[in-house]
Amino acid sequence: MQLSKRRDVKALLTTATCALLGGAQASATESSSEQWQFDTAVLFYSESERVSAVEAIVAGQKSFANDQRLNVKLTIDSLTGASANGAVAQPNAQTFTRPSGNGQYHIKADKTPLDDTFKDTRVQLTGQWTQPLFNDYTWSVGGNLSKEYDYLSLSVNSNLARDFNKKNTTVSAGFSYAFDQIEPEGGLAKPFTTMAVDSFGTPEFDDAFAQIRDGSTEDKNTLDLLFGLTQVINRNTIVQLNYSYSDVSGYLTDPFKVISVVDQHGMSQRAIYENRPDTRTKHAFFGQVKTHFNNTILDASYRFMTDDWQIDSHTLDMRYRISLNNGHFVEPHVRYYTQSAAEFYQPFIQDDAMALDYLSADYRIGEMDAFTVGIKYGLPMSSGDSLSFRLEYYRQTPKNNGTEAIGALKDVELYEPVDAIIAQVSYSF
Amino acid sequence: MKNKNLLFTATCFALLLSGCSSLGVEPWERDILAKKEMALTASPIDAALDDHIYFSKEASSGGKSFGGGGCGCN
Repeated sequence: MQLSKRRDVKALLTTATCALLGGAQASATESSSEQWQFDTAVLFYSESERVSAVEAIVAGQKSFANDQRLNVKLTIDSLTGASANGAVAQPNAQTFTRPSGNGQYHIKADKTPLDDTFKDTRVQLTGQWTQPLFNDYTWSVGGNLSKEYDYLSLSVNSNLARDFNKKNTTVSAGFSYAFDQIEPEGGLAKPFTTMAVDSFGTPEFDDAFAQIRDGSTEDKNTLDLLFGLTQVINRNTIVQLNYSYSDVSGYLTDPFKVISVVDQHGMSQRAIYENRPDTRTKHAFFGQVKTHFNNTILDASYRFMTDDWQIDSHTLDMRYRISLNNGHFVEPHVRYYTQSAAEFYQPFIQDDAMALDYLSADYRIGEMDAFTVGIKYGLPMSSGDSLSFRLEYYRQTPKNNGTEAIGALKDVELYEPVDAIIAQVSYSF
Repeated sequence: MKNKNLLFTATCFALLLSGCSSLGVEPWERDILAKKEMALTASPIDAALDDHIYFSKEASSGGKSFGGGGCGCN
């Protein structure tokens, strides 16, 4: 009974996948459905007092003759909750206008301003085709479509890998090109203009709001290059070294973020919209080593990233998989991350320091440390299926990048930590 | 200075590749490396979910794979 139910689900997913791929004539017969492998997962992400997200993934893989492989993946996520708008906490209550202009929100004294109307649903579809090409070459090509209410992203990618030395050494090169478009409700704010707050609900407010709008749509283009070297060291150890280059151009500003302009006593005079450069170049160096011991696997990686916004970051990640009896396993995970601030990041500005080209108070491009600790537990199910659970705790600690707090700002939290819980259930069949 | 760096990187890469030829295993010694859990990305779904979270919450991307895109970033 359970087995046939499982086959029903698989047949259903196979039919759905074939329909999505346009292969209407491909019926979900027993033989073809057996060739599809599916990985599914549901993830809950919840920040204390801020954003919550639910993300569901169904990924299918079909293998063909001659090592050809098709991967398709559908991701749906839903985001709700509050997000820091960039303004500083104040000893008094503050009022802000929502990015859409359709409402206002009030922040209590001493609280970090959070816009609590953040809400979005995203659907993402990716496909990837991989096949051998000549002797020792593997070629892969793929595409990605992601759509949410105010955001569209389209990308294509391709990768070529060559094996050397009895397939112990693999060198690869790939590129990805993405086009993203943003169209926020209520239009885009003009950089450095003052958020309209007063006389909300009156024609004067509507005029003031309209005056600081600057079109409705912006886009950006991203070119990524990825070069990799994979080396088998011995029977138990494999190593990977990568270099990636990313060139982003277009609208890189976050239209929902503001900066507080304060007087010499640290009291906010107004909130102005941020502005970021319209290009960004990133370089990332990545190394990973994976070693198999008797009943355990150590997976350790390090990444150094540097960009022309003066952000440098280091990421250390370590997983240790311990095999238990009957195919069960437990896998502890730790991750440490640290980044320096973008050169135009400032938590606030004083009103006599306005002659800047770029400015953002978004803590995500400020100085920050973060760490994650987690554990995964996996177990085999009947007929080769597998089930796993993952629970992680993620903490971000934004830091002062050398800005001296003035007046009232000395008594409020300018760099509020963010705590999040990540919980995931995965099922493969 | 930039050319020097490039030369240095190229030399390192060449040395690394030539050094690699003495490493590795015979095809019949791949029993452990062939295990699914020994793949460099053993759980692509976990990796995709993590990439999306960290891409949205931090200022870095790339390295292991292509940077994220299509972002519900907040």
